[in-house]
Order: sequence, then C-alpha cells, then structure tokens
Amino acid sequence: MTDAGFVIAAYGVIIGGLGLYVVTLWRRIRAARKGR
Amino acid sequence: MKTRVLGLVALVAVATTTVIGLFVVPADLNQGDAQRIMYPHVASAWLAYLSFGVTALAGIGWLWKRDLRLDSVALAGAEIGVMFTFFAIWGGMMWGRPIWGVFWQWEDPRLTTTALLLALYVGYLLLRRLTDDPERRATRAAIVGVVAAVDIPIVHFSVEWWRGLHQTATIASPDRVLDPAAPGIFILTLLGTVAAFTLTWMYLMIRRYQLAQVSLAREEAARMDLLMSVRNAEVAR
Repeated sequence: MTDAGFVIAAYGVIIGGLGLYVVTLWRRIRAARKGR
Repeated sequence: MKTRVLGLVALVAVATTTVIGLFVVPADLNQGDAQRIMYPHVASAWLAYLSFGVTALAGIGWLWKRDLRLDSVALAGAEIGVMFTFFAIWGGMMWGRPIWGVFWQWEDPRLTTTALLLALYVGYLLLRRLTDDPERRATRAAIVGVVAAVDIPIVHFSVEWWRGLHQTATIASPDRVLDPAAPGIFILTLLGTVAAFTLTWMYLMIRRYQLAQVSLAREEAARMDLLMSVRNAEVAR
C-alpha cells in the first residue's frame, strides 16, 4: 500500500468513526427518550 | 440549543482541519504524506488521556458526594475515551507501517501500555453491565476507573522511562520543535486539529451525559413500577 493509502485508511476510520459515533449517539438518545 | 451550536462549530472545525491536514499542508520532507496522520493521531491520544482523566475525577467525585450525575460523567468519559484510544492506536498503526516498517511491536512500551489502557476501559464498560443497581454499579465503576487511570501517566512517560520504537515527546520539548524549527503551518495544523477534536469531544461528552441521565431516569421509573406492582399484589392478598 502507498503512503496515500495509509493516510486514507487513517483519516477514513478516524473521521468516519467520529461521524458514525455521533449518529449512533443521536439514535440512542432518541430511542431512550421514546422509551424504547 | 447551545449544544447544537457547539456541535455545528465542532463539525466545521473538524472538516476544515481535515481538509488542511490532507490537502493544504505540504508533505513532510522525511516522512512524506504519512506524516499527515500525526494530526488526528496526536489529537486522539490527547482526548483519550482527557476522557479517562475525567472518568477518574468523576469517579472520585461519586465516591465522595454520592451524586449519580457524576457517575454519568464518568461513563461518558470512559465510552468516548475508548473510542479515541482506538483512533490513536489505529492512526499510529497506519503511520507506523510506512515509517517504522511495522504496524505494531509488543516490545514498545508506549504501544503496549496504550493497548492496556484500551483493555482497562473496555473492562470498565463491561463491568458496568454486571449489575442493575445504579449505586453499586457507580461504586464498582469508580474504583476501577480510578485504578485504571494509573496507566495514563505510565503511557505518557513510557517513552522517557524505557527505550522503544516510539519517539520521545515532540511538542513538549521546545528544543525539538525550535531547533531545527518546525514549519509554522505544521504546528498550527496540529494545534488546530487538537482544538477541533477537543470541541467535538465537548459536544460528545454533553450528549453522552444526556443519554446516561435519560437511561438512569428510565431505570428508576422501571424500578418504581416494579415496587408498585409488588405492593399492589400484597395489598390484594
């Protein structure tokens, strides 16, 4: 893999993971408030 | 509303520093493009320390004040800290392969103590699932959270105390930043990414705390329902 590949893998997981966690957190909060 | 504004500011800040880190800052003379990984890697490592530090302090607060809101803060710190520790490890591995030639080396004290930190706080989160009693859960978690925090300074100073692959502190050593001088744009991008990630951390902490509080209220309501149904059954007998 090239350097660019490692950079993409690093940023993809970190930034993508942050985004995924935010969305999951919103869904968990909404579900908890609705009593599910 | 204020939390939404904070979230929006954090989103813009992370997007901006990501674009700068990937496309605006020039590649490092020696490390090439791989050095760009340092920006989110260092920011993630800092937030892992901060999160677990908050968990330990909130745990001490719970043991002292017996206020379950502090336990919710501790839980938020642990969950978010686990995520940032994973990001720090992942970023480090993606940087390590092209620069060191290996993804991982167990003999390196910084890597091994960081892996231990991750395991300790995953254990903390699992421990919380062992009981439904909020007070017992908070006490057990607080003790584990405080003990596990001993690993934070060990992770940080491991590069000074023992020899390994990982380099010693860079930003904390002025002579290494100033002689030869690191280009200003490298330092600014690093500090900007740390600031952007810290804003995101603040937003996540608030939201995770809110979730913990809602869950706690639901647990309490379920317990009251159970008590009432038992009492009604006794009255009916």
